Amino acid sequence: MDEISVLIGGRAGDGINSAGLIVAHLFSQLGYQAYMYFDYPSLIKGGHNFTIIRASRQKVGAFRAKVDFLLALNQDCLDLHTARIDAKTVVICDSSRVRAEGICIPIPDILKEEHAPPVMGNSCIIGAFARAAGIGWEVVEKVLTQNIRKGLDQNKKVARRGFDMARGYVTVPVHDSPPLPLLSGNEAIGLGLLHGGLEAYIAYPMTPTSNLLHFLAEVGEGGDLLVFHPENEIAVILMALGMGYTGKKTAVGTSGGGFCLMTEGLSLSGMNEIPVVVVLGQRAGPSTGMPTYTAQSDLHFALHAGQGEFPRLVVAPGDAEQAFFWSSLSLQLAWKFQVPAIILCDKTLCEGYYSFSDPRETIPTIQPQPPGIPGTSYLRYKVTDDGVTPPLYPPTKETVIKVNGYTHDEAGITTEKAELAALMVEKRVRKGMALERELALLPTVSRYGDPGADSMIVCWGSVAGVCREVADSLGMGVVQPVVLAPFPKDGVKAVLGNPERVLVVEENACGQMEMLLACHGIRASGRVHKYDGRPFTVEELKERIAGVP
Amino acid sequence: MTDRGLITDAQNTWCPGCGNFVIQFALRDAIQSVIDSGIERERIVLVTGIGCHAKMADYLNVNSFYSIHGRTVPVATAIKMARPDLTVICCAGDGDAYAEGLDHLVFAAKRNSDITVIVHNNRVYGLTTGQYTPTSPLGFRGRSTPGGTREEPFNPLEIMLSSGATYVARGCTRRKKNLEKVIGEGIRHRGFAFIDVLQVCASYFNLSDVYDRHVYELGEGHREDNFSGAFEKAREWDYNSESPISIGIFYRTLRPTLEERMEKPPGQIMNRPALITKILESRT
Repeated sequence: MDEISVLIGGRAGDGINSAGLIVAHLFSQLGYQAYMYFDYPSLIKGGHNFTIIRASRQKVGAFRAKVDFLLALNQDCLDLHTARIDAKTVVICDSSRVRAEGICIPIPDILKEEHAPPVMGNSCIIGAFARAAGIGWEVVEKVLTQNIRKGLDQNKKVARRGFDMARGYVTVPVHDSPPLPLLSGNEAIGLGLLHGGLEAYIAYPMTPTSNLLHFLAEVGEGGDLLVFHPENEIAVILMALGMGYTGKKTAVGTSGGGFCLMTEGLSLSGMNEIPVVVVLGQRAGPSTGMPTYTAQSDLHFALHAGQGEFPRLVVAPGDAEQAFFWSSLSLQLAWKFQVPAIILCDKTLCEGYYSFSDPRETIPTIQPQPPGIPGTSYLRYKVTDDGVTPPLYPPTKETVIKVNGYTHDEAGITTEKAELAALMVEKRVRKGMALERELALLPTVSRYGDPGADSMIVCWGSVAGVCREVADSLGMGVVQPVVLAPFPKDGVKAVLGNPERVLVVEENACGQMEMLLACHGIRASGRVHKYDGRPFTVEELKERIAGVP
Repeated sequence: MTDRGLITDAQNTWCPGCGNFVIQFALRDAIQSVIDSGIERERIVLVTGIGCHAKMADYLNVNSFYSIHGRTVPVATAIKMARPDLTVICCAGDGDAYAEGLDHLVFAAKRNSDITVIVHNNRVYGLTTGQYTPTSPLGFRGRSTPGGTREEPFNPLEIMLSSGATYVARGCTRRKKNLEKVIGEGIRHRGFAFIDVLQVCASYFNLSDVYDRHVYELGEGHREDNFSGAFEKAREWDYNSESPISIGIFYRTLRPTLEERMEKPPGQIMNRPALITKILESRT
């Protein structure tokens, strides 16, 4: 048994997400790499929530169509997932709410006897699962102890009752790899930003990046990180630029709707050259769309948001390690080149959990820009060879620092003179070129699978996980541009080679990556799109690729 | 920027007779007196929006952030939050502060952010050539309302008092000395200071005569610490009808500022690598 998949489902409020995480941690302890997908509707109580945890000896970033264990806290969980069940699937359920064949536990009775609240039903079913999967009680106890803050003893008692009532079906083999941390994409982004030197984080809550705000707010309570939640996203980005003016390295987080409100501020950042990092978590649109479901339909929005022309960095990490790596670099690069940066992620990445291999040793340190020379002759927009002006921040002794969203002269004073206007446009263009030169030294394009295959997949963002796996099984290669602006066209062309087929896989309807590739002279021969808010399963993508002529 | 004075050598493009000149000199003198009291010039930051008022950023030789329309207050709030040792002043227009960015103004008052907001309230859009603003009188004929507006103005002082501003004042460009005083006191006030400045627009809405007839200074008898008295006084004139218009400090009180409330007790700050390692361990 190289891999195992578990689905846990129930109503919102049943603690499905935390139960899924406990199961993922159980696998971690047994030496597996885990991936967890969390599916939930946009409501607080009721509805149907479920997680799928997939554990494997290899790194995983996708889930399968079928599951080995189905843990049902209500009848919906069984009825809605019949397609995921086959003859080998072991069903474990709450016998008071579900009619099924399998391990049926009278959860309410156990909770009553242990004087435990209803939400602890999830611990009970986890206990039963552990027994059924041949996971030792000591592992369960350890994981519960590490992950449960409130009511640990009661949770343990309830889990033990479940454990004792179940019987073993299989025994998940134990491997001696040390357990890896489990991080959500949001947490990986947050940690990457901290690694890059983040000093302030400003956000208005919006799925799928609200949990990044929550995570950093907790960090901020205990450390030197300023975290603030203002009145709206317009205030968010303007506050970030105010922070940046004083030299504080600042990031903001939102989704498409909030980013719409930020675009005027983004353009201001392009003009006044105050850097800011925007974490843009895509979800199914347009408009409010399906707030808790995934999409990759804001690529061109991210590339072109804001009036006028200005250089920007756009990165689209595909897993937790890339999220950490490129969040750190985005912050460093944005500050070095005084440009806005966008970390383009999606619900699948932000709210998915991944086994995480600490990438810190591989992250290069970007040499920061040397500061300007203080004094009355300081010019905030002094024209330089690479377009980047050595920065200073207030208060600096005897120095006046003027930033401006109007076309301005070197001192930051508004101008409408033709030659100055052109000079400043060229200054900003040169900054973009300097950024491009720096990026040429960095791993802007990832590749997987067979590098010489005559059939190649091009994908971006969180889809990389499932593409990698499918390519391996079909003998294909995968090219994943991680940096999307400035677009690493030479890198993509070099890695792609000259294959017979180029398939672009993306979670949108119009083929946004395909259009971007076409802009740079790279033609796709086929495409696979998905736009129902759900990520591809491994089987689904395999089948869809097989169907492409 | 070799000039060490407070006025830059940028060419001034305000119309002759513009009330902005009066605000500029009042603000310059107020800033000079702040500097004289021991605050270095480099600790002063001016934030402006978009409109005629905003050229102040080009004309005053201090640190400045020339922002976008309606967005002075969030920038100023953040600058003060990031560096509480800075003195942060916003110049905003009435279109800026009361139309495009009213939400920010209300929130800054609610939070008692320690910034000073001076609203150049000429009650007309100047730079876009004469449209009505939130404080134009009912029936105002502007280029977007040729038949006259069909809505009453609102009273910004009432909004600010209701929102929790701890310093609420009004000035008028026809009374420079009083204006300099309310601006200076506003900058020195610890907490959110709001100053509505009735400003003459020489080109599109010249109310010099109206203000000369009706404006009077709040007398000795006005108690600045009395909220309901201040509210009553603020309602004396509704920005619409002809009635006495008082200027001066309507209300002044002290409550903890946002920055004071955000200050963290000195504690052990973990270095970043150690913090990241600790978080990773807690997720293992």
